[in-house]
Amino acid sequence: MHFITNLLDDSRRWTAVMLATLVLGLAWVSFSSAPLSATTGGLVPSPRQGFPAPDFTLDTLDGGQMTLSDLRGQVVMINLWTSWCPPCRAEMPAIDNVYQANKEKGLEVLAVNSTFQDSEAAAAAFAQELGLSFPILLDRDGAVSRRYQLRALPTTYFIDRKGIIRAIVPGGPMSETLIQSKIADLLAEAP
Amino acid sequence: MFPLLQYGQYALPVSGVILLITLWVGLNVAEKEAVRQKRPSDLVYGLVMAALVGGILGARLWYVGRYLDTYLAAPLGIVALDTNTIAPTAGLIIGLSAAIVYAFHKKLSPRPTLDILTPGLAVFAIGLGLAPLASGDAFGAPAHLPWAIELWDASRHPTQIYETALATAVFILIWRGRKRSPFPGFLFLAFVALTAVSRIFLEAFRGDSVIVAGSIRQAQLAALLVLLLALWLMRQWFLAHPVNSPAPVPGSTKK
Repeated sequence: MHFITNLLDDSRRWTAVMLATLVLGLAWVSFSSAPLSATTGGLVPSPRQGFPAPDFTLDTLDGGQMTLSDLRGQVVMINLWTSWCPPCRAEMPAIDNVYQANKEKGLEVLAVNSTFQDSEAAAAAFAQELGLSFPILLDRDGAVSRRYQLRALPTTYFIDRKGIIRAIVPGGPMSETLIQSKIADLLAEAP
Repeated sequence: MFPLLQYGQYALPVSGVILLITLWVGLNVAEKEAVRQKRPSDLVYGLVMAALVGGILGARLWYVGRYLDTYLAAPLGIVALDTNTIAPTAGLIIGLSAAIVYAFHKKLSPRPTLDILTPGLAVFAIGLGLAPLASGDAFGAPAHLPWAIELWDASRHPTQIYETALATAVFILIWRGRKRSPFPGFLFLAFVALTAVSRIFLEAFRGDSVIVAGSIRQAQLAALLVLLLALWLMRQWFLAHPVNSPAPVPGSTKK
């Protein structure tokens, strides 16, 4: 400590310390510089906020198929759920209400059932019982659940018109207010 | 990586739990430091409570203000226990402002108060290094090293472990040096300077750096500025301390 106070006591030596810090700092910054391509910079698809949403194609409950990247230009909510999960059940009516109110503005909801830990019959009964109007997708082999690193049921991803994940809500149930506040900015952005 | 702990219908972010634990330990450490410096031990808790209450309320109200139409339609949402409906940056600024207002109200001297808080901040910094190990944030650049970790589809530098190790080293230096601080505010500035050095060094191994001017890592430039500012303030605060002020030469005027 005595060494530092001696340096602080001498204006010229302290100025030299600051200059040396600046030079060494800039040298390290220069040495460790990296081209844009050397860091992810948010460009690699990953199930994280600020990253492009990983693409997938899944069968739907009504026999069709849907691909996430086909929905580019729309605001997409991906909701991962199972029929036996109480908070999933509790939040579905809120999701449906928000979907009905905003689908004309460009909102799409993909309710991805984690079928590998549920069953198609249970998922169908669930959707019919609650009268869900958005597409139900079937993740039969768990590939999408794994790719999106599902750790909590339900988990919801809010994706903007450019395909970037802007918010993630792990757990539930989500309220209509929460969902509406998460999509408001995204819907307001130009397609 | 272990981002979430599912408990019934609740999904607890492990990184948040780590931050809460290190905040609690840091508070205890800062309280001990307050007692050692013969200051009231509730000083630390008062400051942190002001920051937390101000921060949490500010974060929620800012968020509500941003989506006012939505909340006017469902006002009960304003008091919902939901960590997804907050504005973190606004909360941080409002929380810090609340702590500053509290300090002024209690007539706390800024520099000695910062010194008392510093060992606690150093503990919290360890949590800031460790939390991303659970969430997968602040990840390293791809590397083929015996100690590399598999994360986000690649073998990477374990930057979260590097950060934790250096933050621990900074804490040890601060803890050992806290009784030999040569002037009020030194301990705090030393912590800021050492943390900035750590950021400049470790950013080189990150895989998620924001790049500016073609190839420069933005965080390194910011940390270098913070480091230089801390060093400059160190000299100013050293001179401002009466014991270190040069004795006036009889008959001369102060320049």
